[in-house]
Amino acid sequence: MCDRIFEKLNILADAAKYDVSCASSGSHRKNESKGLGTTGNGICHAYTEDGRCVSLLKILLTNHCIYDCCYCVSRRSNDIKRAAFTIEEVVDLTIHFYRRNYIEGLFLSSGIFKNADYTMERLVRIAKKLRTEHHFNGYIHLKTIPGASDELLQEAGLYADRLSVNIEMPTENSLRLLAPDKKREDMIGPMKYLKGAILQNREEKKVYKKTPLFVPAGQSTQMVIGATPETDLQILWMADQFYKKMDLRRVYYSGYIPISNDNRLPAIGTPVPMIRENRLYQADWLLRFYGFQVNEIVSLQDPHLDMDIDPKLSWALRHLDLFPLDINKADLHLVMRVPGIGIQSAKKICDARMFKKLNWEHLKKIGIAFNRAKYFIACNGTAFQKRDLTEKQIRHQILFVGNSKYRPNFSSQLKIF
Amino acid sequence: MNTVIYDGSFEGLLTAIFDVYEYRLKDACLTKYKDHQKNIFGNDHFTVTDPIKSARVWQGLQQRISQKAQGQVYKTYLSEIKRIENTILSYVQYVFRCATSVEYDYSDPSVLMVAETANKVAREKHRMEAFVRFQLTKDQLYYATVQPDYNVLPLIIKHFQKRYADQKWMIYDVQRRYGIFYDLSTTEFVEMIFNPETENGKNIGPCIAEEETLYQQLWQQYFSSVNIAARRNMNLHIRHMPKRYWKFLIEKRPVTDK
Ligand code: SF4
Repeated sequence: MCDRIFEKLNILADAAKYDVSCASSGSHRKNESKGLGTTGNGICHAYTEDGRCVSLLKILLTNHCIYDCCYCVSRRSNDIKRAAFTIEEVVDLTIHFYRRNYIEGLFLSSGIFKNADYTMERLVRIAKKLRTEHHFNGYIHLKTIPGASDELLQEAGLYADRLSVNIEMPTENSLRLLAPDKKREDMIGPMKYLKGAILQNREEKKVYKKTPLFVPAGQSTQMVIGATPETDLQILWMADQFYKKMDLRRVYYSGYIPISNDNRLPAIGTPVPMIRENRLYQADWLLRFYGFQVNEIVSLQDPHLDMDIDPKLSWALRHLDLFPLDINKADLHLVMRVPGIGIQSAKKICDARMFKKLNWEHLKKIGIAFNRAKYFIACNGTAFQKRDLTEKQIRHQILFVGNSKYRPNFSSQLKIF
Repeated sequence: MNTVIYDGSFEGLLTAIFDVYEYRLKDACLTKYKDHQKNIFGNDHFTVTDPIKSARVWQGLQQRISQKAQGQVYKTYLSEIKRIENTILSYVQYVFRCATSVEYDYSDPSVLMVAETANKVAREKHRMEAFVRFQLTKDQLYYATVQPDYNVLPLIIKHFQKRYADQKWMIYDVQRRYGIFYDLSTTEFVEMIFNPETENGKNIGPCIAEEETLYQQLWQQYFSSVNIAARRNMNLHIRHMPKRYWKFLIEKRPVTDK
């Protein structure tokens, strides 16, 4: 290896960084025969200066591409340096980085050279080599190339922990406008196929325990937001469909970073919609873990998320009639809906209240965000803090009194609530 | 007041707790031998670490609290926070006083303190699992130095032994001056005598394998390539990777010449 490898790594890591997915959790590949590596809860080994987690070696196999999606740096018409790794180079980097505890594994994607299957076949070969020749049990996330054949998807599933097909745009119209070479069907097709194959594998596992793993960490996808005029309602509705109909594990929202002068897109210099991205992740969280429905978060009348406050607080303010909630009696799923109380604290509250009636001091010690929660709860001891404040008053107090949590923050990976 | 002095080990601590019961020591205050100052007004009791006594206390706990809570007690001990042994003592006393498990009674100060301290220690454990950076030495040992806030090496053995089952490795705590060493079959605690050039194991420059520098540079290259300047947020960066860990992280070191 020589200087060229540094240049390749620079080009192909740089081009891959716009894919925001970084998760390396949700798999359970064990290291039983003294090979190399394990997967489990997913560790962030480092954080970039923009505060994102670095957990996988995230690279493109190549940034050559026959397509011309206008939001993408690798698009055919873009005048940039091109490079391609060899299969050995990717394997070598993965193994040596892994052995030094730099990474949890590999996230491999690629521009499309020649055609979908030709590219996909190469990605699969790398995963296969890592698993079979190097006995590598770390995490492998492969991007499925739109339009790749079912046979290759099937093989990819045997070696990868996670597969993802990026849907790219929240609606078909936007996709047609910005990525004329791509067909939505080419993305939905593989998703459907994998959903079926994963289900089948799960069934087989019930009967025969030694059935090999098949995409144990499931599928994910990514949407670029802010490049096209979709509302948050459209975006969240789409995400919800993916969770419910396609069994996706994660939907990622990637705030568009202006990289092109194409007049179909926001101009270069337009700020990245980071607050919106963060609010979408918070809403996504509510859908997946807090038992919210899309129409409780956004509606036809209010199709956009409130940028000033998080969607849970926003929901609570629209439903003041449900509060204050008696913290010593309410069901867990309602306690979780109180702004300022996360899942962990909600569980702690429900555990602790079996021993004695909780008062304000107990709640503070348990670690709820008291300054927000106090408007929405009642507990042993003192009277309600709500004092019949209006929605406006509460919002004002939370936003402007004391804590700074609601000053704009700029991250997609904050611990929320 | 009764001062109960123990040797600093976990067994010692459990024995000391046993002694508190056995000798009915009122207002007991546990302290490590190395922290002990003669107290003219109080009574000093010296605990002799005893495997039978400590096992009895531990078994008592096992019968009354869940495995998770047992782990919390151990983690709390590993925090090495000043006077934490007294929190553990009140926790154990509370557990033994009650007929049913009290491990979720967060309204009790010692229960809450144990849960919180265990969380802090667990967080540090996770940080170590993330921030250990191995360097390959000439004799094919993957070597890393760390300086964790709490004494977490005993907690990370399992993780590293599973993950790196096919390579020899050592993780050395430069502050507590001991390490864990895996020799392809088992992991052991080791103390080291370092060549003076290595500044007590902190700088192993001369011993590293030839290819090591290449991979370190590639990693630095990767780390700088994945950064998105348009999204720079140093506050968040530092919150996730506190500065005190930087000196052990290859990617935060000045880039070496290629
Ligand atoms: S196919 Fe993928 S790599 Fe090629 S231009 Fe479109 S988004 Fe970029």
